[in-house]
Amino acid sequence: MKIINTPLKEKDILGLKAGEEILLSGEIYTARDQAHKRISLALDKNGKLSFNIKNAVIYYCGPSKSPKKKIIGSCGPTTSSRMDKFTPLLLKAGLKGMIGKGSRSSEVREAIRKFKGVYLLAPAGCGALISKYVKKAQPVAYSDLGPEQILRLEVKDFPLIVGIDSRGGSIYD
Amino acid sequence: MKTIKAKKITEVVAKLCIKANCVLRADVLRKLKAAYVQEKNKKAKNALGSIIENAQVADREMLPICQDTGLAIAFVELGQQVRVEGNLKQAIHKGISLGYKKGSFRESIIKDPLKRGKSGYSGAIIHTDIVSGNKLKITVLPKGFGCENKSQLKMFNPTASQEEIKKFIIDTVKSIGADACPPYVVGVGIGGAADYASFLAKKALLNDLYYISTSELSRDLLKEINNLHIGPMGLGGKATCLAVNVETYPTHIAGLPVAVNISCHALRSATVIL
Repeated sequence: MKIINTPLKEKDILGLKAGEEILLSGEIYTARDQAHKRISLALDKNGKLSFNIKNAVIYYCGPSKSPKKKIIGSCGPTTSSRMDKFTPLLLKAGLKGMIGKGSRSSEVREAIRKFKGVYLLAPAGCGALISKYVKKAQPVAYSDLGPEQILRLEVKDFPLIVGIDSRGGSIYD
Repeated sequence: MKTIKAKKITEVVAKLCIKANCVLRADVLRKLKAAYVQEKNKKAKNALGSIIENAQVADREMLPICQDTGLAIAFVELGQQVRVEGNLKQAIHKGISLGYKKGSFRESIIKDPLKRGKSGYSGAIIHTDIVSGNKLKITVLPKGFGCENKSQLKMFNPTASQEEIKKFIIDTVKSIGADACPPYVVGVGIGGAADYASFLAKKALLNDLYYISTSELSRDLLKEINNLHIGPMGLGGKATCLAVNVETYPTHIAGLPVAVNISCHALRSATVIL
């Protein structure tokens, strides 16, 4: 299985093909509905974000609370399509990878192709298991959003499947 | 008359929330294991393997099976011979908040659906039925919204054919694809009125998957939904749906309401009888 590290490099992204299984390691950022709304507003306004979106990977995830002595609670992917309307703008700003579950709109697929990004699928509904791949979790922004705040996660060997590759190829075709 | 203290109800409901969220229902796990054994598609089999492993990790470490610990829905059957000392509704709400807090579950509920704002635990839905006898039965169903968002209701004409109804249900699943964590359990409510059909569709998820209606309609739906070959995580294979449960109720001569409630593979509920 291919091992990929973040921040994503262009040659790694170009080498990925829809349906391929990978292990991802490095830093990724959680962001879901409300965080996407705020990121989009910030990008529209002045482009200033509290994390570096260039070559970054966003994970569509709102974890459950961390029990005592645990790094993170259950942390599986949420439905990606709810983020579709924001995604092209984020890709334009430099985002390279997205992790989630389920299908994407044709606009997102086109933007992934245009900006040479990649959409990855995480084991859906396996939040307890996924928590084992998280080695560190740190709040980054929008703490008032509670479970929807942006966290920086350090993951090790997170098993993923390429959903949409940089040529626009999709696993659901 | 039997007396049950509100405090006792709170304690019991808190425990139910933790059990439902961390320990996958035995019938659901058994169906998943059966699907794993039957699956030939390697990717789909691996996905089912992860789902089963996830349930084992959750149970062992008392972590929620899914980070979306849902909107808690309580189904209460209150025997007429039971007297609750204290406030039943408050006791249940309190138990849910307590259980969610103890379990370190996600604060997924916002007070105002339009203004949104800070999320918390308050806002559980309680369905109460008065029944005969001296027992109090409480079931907690934590419903994740990835699948709840895919619910459908259609008010058919009374002359609609069974084929049209089947098509509506199958098309509902087809349009979801892999978005709501297949393999699914599909609850169907037919009859009643708009609200009651929706209620029945959700209630249909509570039955043991090995003791559900085996009507021709249920069997046909299960077969045809599995023929969609969406499969676990949308990776194809045999297991798109673990079970279809159809509940019916009398309805009006002018109507034929049909509601569909989808559950992800993490169909969670726990019941107690006091």
